[in-house]
Amino acid sequence: MKAVGIILAGGNSERLQVLSSRRAVAAMPLAGTYRSIDFALSNMSNSGVGTVAVVTQYSSRSLNYHLSSSKWWDFGRKQGGLYLLNPTITPENQSWYEGTADALLQNLDFLTERHEPYVVIASGDGVYKMDYNRVLEHHVAAGAEVTVVCKALSGVDRSRFGLVQTDGTGRIIAWAEKDGQGQADGLVNCGIYVIRRRHLIQLLEECKRSGGKDLVRDVLIPHLGGKRIMCYRHEAYWTNIASVESYFACNRDMLDPALRRYFFVEEPVIHTRVDDNPPAKFNGVAQVSHSLVAGGAIVNGTVEDSVLFKKVYVGDGSTVKNCILMNNVYVGDNVWLENCIVETKTKIADGTRMVGDPADIPVIT
Amino acid sequence: MKKQMIAMLLAGGQGSRLGALTQGMAKPAVAFGGKYRIIDFPLSNCVNSGVDTVGVLTQYRPLQLNSHIGIGIPWDLDKQVGGVTILPPYEKSGDSEWYTGTANAIYQNMEFMEQYNPDYVLILSGDHIYKMDYEDMLTRHRKSGAEATIAVMPVPWEEASRYGIVVADETGHIREFEEKPANPRSNLASMGIYIFNYASLKGALEELSHVPGCDFGMHVIPHLFRKNDNLYTYEFHGYWKDVGTLSTYWEANMELTDLVPEFNLYEEFWQIYTASEAYPPAFVSREATVQSSVVGDGSQVEGTVLHSVLGSNVQIGPGAMVRDSVLMNGVVVEAGAEISRCILAEGARIGAGAKVGSGSFAPSQLDPRVYNSDITVIGAGSRVPEGVSVGRNVAIIGKTEAADYPEGRLESGAYIIKKGGRA
Repeated sequence: MKAVGIILAGGNSERLQVLSSRRAVAAMPLAGTYRSIDFALSNMSNSGVGTVAVVTQYSSRSLNYHLSSSKWWDFGRKQGGLYLLNPTITPENQSWYEGTADALLQNLDFLTERHEPYVVIASGDGVYKMDYNRVLEHHVAAGAEVTVVCKALSGVDRSRFGLVQTDGTGRIIAWAEKDGQGQADGLVNCGIYVIRRRHLIQLLEECKRSGGKDLVRDVLIPHLGGKRIMCYRHEAYWTNIASVESYFACNRDMLDPALRRYFFVEEPVIHTRVDDNPPAKFNGVAQVSHSLVAGGAIVNGTVEDSVLFKKVYVGDGSTVKNCILMNNVYVGDNVWLENCIVETKTKIADGTRMVGDPADIPVIT
Repeated sequence: MKKQMIAMLLAGGQGSRLGALTQGMAKPAVAFGGKYRIIDFPLSNCVNSGVDTVGVLTQYRPLQLNSHIGIGIPWDLDKQVGGVTILPPYEKSGDSEWYTGTANAIYQNMEFMEQYNPDYVLILSGDHIYKMDYEDMLTRHRKSGAEATIAVMPVPWEEASRYGIVVADETGHIREFEEKPANPRSNLASMGIYIFNYASLKGALEELSHVPGCDFGMHVIPHLFRKNDNLYTYEFHGYWKDVGTLSTYWEANMELTDLVPEFNLYEEFWQIYTASEAYPPAFVSREATVQSSVVGDGSQVEGTVLHSVLGSNVQIGPGAMVRDSVLMNGVVVEAGAEISRCILAEGARIGAGAKVGSGSFAPSQLDPRVYNSDITVIGAGSRVPEGVSVGRNVAIIGKTEAADYPEGRLESGAYIIKKGGRA
């Protein structure tokens, strides 16, 4: 593909509460055996983007571990490959990344030294499958200077998204980024952009001169009237997991066989780092219903409408209903857990009873 | 580059007593315990023991084995120096031959071993399920000053006459060998795992190079024993299972479903590695029941699964019933089918409402030496059409159709071999 990829994975999210105190959003374990960045990374790899930079900053240990080998996404190549752009101290720069544009500016060499004519920018917290070639084709056909992937989304809290409005030709005429007062009928900005590489460099340099730090607020939105910023509508599944509700909902969505088939069976599939866990074990009195159970898990009790991540243990006489139990969670005997997210490696003592409010799912750590 | 010890893993055998399971692949490539293949156990033992140079000798139907091992990534055996090397038989300018025996196969790969100029060579076979620290065995070998050390394990006395028995003194110095003795004088059975001083091994292989079908147990070990009488045992006291017959293969799989299996794959220590793709977790539907079973990633269960081992990407349709069975990767059991005491090899498909493994035992009409239990075996990629009924101790290989089942029934002990299966 004639594009270089950039995945913005540096952020945390206050809306993820304690879940993101341990790791960057992009490193959130998802769907039992994956992490959220797998989706953007696999889309890059599956679209033939051979060179991808992942911009990291916030609590990046889990993310670095996950990406410590790029072979899982087929990036271990002589040409191109996977680059991690961590903040570093240089003679020119002594500070952390102060925003997405600043992060790219601090790594401008990466962009200037490439030869691909286009750049695909994606975020590390989106859950979707996309052939970026289609977006690029649309970009060229529409004569766009910048293309923004958008999605019509209803029934969710729209205040946490950027919202755009388009004219009849798909050109973006209004854009309010996460200010809580987006237009009621606007499309949601998925955080995926296509732009000519040289053009991006030029815009970033302009932004630097004016003291801007943010890619959307300071680089793209100021050009709304002057440049052809076009919308590419994504019709299939898309969500981002930057809030507890959406994280819970996305994991629950994966209980749908059709959605799992779409992501993980129909080619091209989403890839991830593969662990060496034995198959899931269901013991004699286990009662599992409408649930996902990942490798290395051992179930003795009752599990309903839940997602059990890798190496989860559920003890005798325990009941787990409508819960997300993340990697290595240990649930003792005679526990009752309902409507909860349980953080990685948490131990739930014997006899514990915890029933969350389904409208406001608690996170247990 | 010198290596202290390298391993030579004999993986060329067919394992003919596994019948349909080894129709299209060598025994070490046969799936085990859901997601693994038999060769994963010795390979994982090697890397866990610090043995990072392994030659894998292949001969019988090597395709599955080759693609499984690849360049050794799952075992961290993709290395700059050493790592895993597949060693198939090759043509020579003079007298070319297949590998005619276990020792002959090693003899033909002297050049490979020479590259590493090892002090010791570990000889393994790809036939057994066990976890063993070869480094500990090497320590013992070096302490005793032996020329060769044979791993042995105590077997029940009443079964000792089925094994190659080693008689040793209290220091482990071997005094005698007895092959399947009627009145055994020891209950220590040879496990077919050897550590040789490289110089001794090389000498013996060269001296015995004229022996047709040169074999470790039959020729090399007795030769060294007679020559220098400096062989020692290494006693092993863990789980070790020969899965060479359909019934032992089935039993070893079933043991994994025990509440706390004797062979525990869930321990952090001594992990077993295998080539695996990324899959979502196993899914169990609202109507399903899964008990006393292990289920691989990517599988979908909408029926009932009791006391069974399911590999990755297995699909069990609504209303289907699977009990006491081993289902390898990619098996599909359609709605309402019933499976009892079966081994379904990779990608096998059982049609809706079919009943496989019913009735009582009858002797096999195909090969009573191979098929001698009440377990029914369906080969890789085979198909059983919907609605038919299949008895026990049956073998089905290939894409069968309703017309292959007179009156919709294949009696116990019968078999069908057709085209259309795959390795």
